[in-house]
Amino acid sequence: MANLNINIGKLQLKNPVMTASGTFGYGTEYSDFIDISRIGGIIVKGTTLRSRQGNAYPRMAETPSGMLNAVGLQNKGVDYFINHIYPTVKVIDTNVIVNLSGSTLEDYIEAAEMLNDLDKLPGIELNISCPNVKEGGMAFGISCLSAAEVVREVRRVYKNDLMVKLSPNVTDISEIARAVEAEGADSVSLINTLLGMAIDSEKRKPILSTITGGLSGPAVKPIALRMVWEVAKAVKIPVVGMGGIMNAADAIEFMLAGASGVQIGTANFIDPTVTIKVIDGIDEYLNRHGYSSVIDIIGALEV
Amino acid sequence: MKKFMLDLIVTKNETLNDQYSLLILKSPEKLPEMFPGQFAEVRVDNSPTTFLRRPISINYIDYETNELWLLIQIVGEGTLKMCQVKVGETLNLLFPLGNSFSLPNQKNAKLLLIGGGVGIAPLLFLGAYLKDKDFECNFLLGGRSKDNLLQLREFEQFGNVFTTTEDGSHGERGFVTQHSLLKDSNFDYIYTCGPTPMMKAVASYAAKTNTFCEVSLENTMACGFGACLCCVTDTTEGHVCVCTEGPVFNITKLKWQI
Ligand SMILES: Cc1cc2nc3c(=O)[nH]c(=O)nc-3n(C[C@H](O)[C@H](O)[C@H](O)COP(=O)(O)OP(=O)(O)OC[C@H]3O[C@@H](n4cnc5c(N)ncnc54)[C@H](O)[C@@H]3O)c2cc1C
Ligand SMILES: Cc1cc2nc3c(=O)[nH]c(=O)nc-3n(C[C@H](O)[C@H](O)[C@H](O)COP(=O)(O)O)c2cc1C
Ligand code: FES
Repeated sequence: MANLNINIGKLQLKNPVMTASGTFGYGTEYSDFIDISRIGGIIVKGTTLRSRQGNAYPRMAETPSGMLNAVGLQNKGVDYFINHIYPTVKVIDTNVIVNLSGSTLEDYIEAAEMLNDLDKLPGIELNISCPNVKEGGMAFGISCLSAAEVVREVRRVYKNDLMVKLSPNVTDISEIARAVEAEGADSVSLINTLLGMAIDSEKRKPILSTITGGLSGPAVKPIALRMVWEVAKAVKIPVVGMGGIMNAADAIEFMLAGASGVQIGTANFIDPTVTIKVIDGIDEYLNRHGYSSVIDIIGALEV
Repeated sequence: MKKFMLDLIVTKNETLNDQYSLLILKSPEKLPEMFPGQFAEVRVDNSPTTFLRRPISINYIDYETNELWLLIQIVGEGTLKMCQVKVGETLNLLFPLGNSFSLPNQKNAKLLLIGGGVGIAPLLFLGAYLKDKDFECNFLLGGRSKDNLLQLREFEQFGNVFTTTEDGSHGERGFVTQHSLLKDSNFDYIYTCGPTPMMKAVASYAAKTNTFCEVSLENTMACGFGACLCCVTDTTEGHVCVCTEGPVFNITKLKWQI
């Protein structure tokens, strides 16, 4: 057994494997299949200050080795999370982290203040990269100025771990990463989904109600890996990598490229036990290669 | 209800015609209890274009032999690959998923189960279940032609069977909602599954005659167990997931223009 413990920002994780927001519900959706407390961290679904109905159906289109989604942050709001979800998830022996999104700066601040009062919530993942909402979301994450501003303001009111989730829909992701690092982010996570589109040629219509949506799954992995590698070189804070991870080898690739931890999203839909397989697979890899700790493979890519 | 992920062994793969196959799968472990209307998410191996699992209704379950039936209509790559599995191979299933049809609350209730195309799949299980509980079922099954009417012999074991075909090759000519049964009799409960236009026509008949009516929706799904929020339908309570709150809905809850 290698040592899988890892600290990412202010978070202490029993292993580097987390679940990606919007793909793992509140965790309990998976408890028939796995012991969810074995996972290093559970990032719950995108939460906003007030409840949101999300976008109209159809919200999903399958694409080669991936899928497009246009859920649009359907959730019941921060209040509901605090009163109805938090009491049940805070007893799970893992890091339960809220993915926080907003359409205005004030929304982000108000929600972050409310979450700051939860003593068993180790951190938030600030989502400035959702491509599926009309206003806000990704708009914050695609310019250095607005990304810096939202992180600065949230940092003022939120004292626990602040992970900032970056959008790949930018020209230079390292630039944004540096901007949020300078404002006090404890870590950055990437990538959120890539803006994409699917068309039904027979009907001459877009498949998604929103026309465009966010691409995830193995189709995006090479892009995600490249971005993690670039960002890991550009910042000193830890990087959490994701995008198309289907197995332990994929997760290890992200860590070799410089990620201190990984998140698994879409793969959970196909195999709800995948997180446990990845944790065990990383352990097996470390043993096979003679590493005593998972820390040894972070950024260990030989170029 | 606890959900399982299991590899089931294919014990029979029967081609019903060029569009439909019946798969019979055996579980090495005792099959969990399931209810009519529930479905499984089937993993499709060896198909590069099929990335996600495919939702398929439980067509019938035999607890004695530990066998589960899936009735599959080939509409694309995923269902095609599923129908190409060989006896002895395994299919990986997540199940049982979703809610189920509700039982009538009086024993002598007049029941009508209306199915179209592959939508008959959950109705066979429902018929078997209702018969087992001593209810009397009437099945009204529709198809384009007689080739689209499936499992008629199985349905006959569980109740009275009526049919319609668009070309008149079996039963009455026309759509299910044009069948004389609907003009001549009143029903207390209607359960339906099939193409959306058919279910809407049935729902509209039920609404006009003030009849209890449940429909089973087939929204596209990514997970099947409430984690992705991709499968929503609009209801009187807002967007709800068809995979967890459905697939079976009472028509009074849906916002259908009927
Ligand atoms: C709860 C539920 C139960 C179902 N039960 C059964 C069943 O018992 N037997 C069965 O054969 N099928 C059933 N279906 C439909 C089945 O899931 C789809 O036909 C299948 O996913 C199509 O996969 P494919 O790869 O073959 O086709 P794809 O290549 O994905 O699609 C081919 C064509 O079929 C259409 N299509 C895809 N998915 C659906 C869908 N969900 N409904 C209608 N059209 C669709 C697409 O728009 C496209 O035009 C059920 C669906 C749901 C949601
Ligand atoms: C259905 C779905 C919903 C998602 N919802 C969110 C969300 O609410 N907030 C967020 O930050 N990312 C969301 N994402 C993005 C994922 O967290 C992740 O960044 C992306 O899917 C890439 O990882 P993957 O390829 O492993 O899925 C969502 C992704 C999917 C597929
Ligand atoms: S299909 Fe994922 S929530 Fe219904």
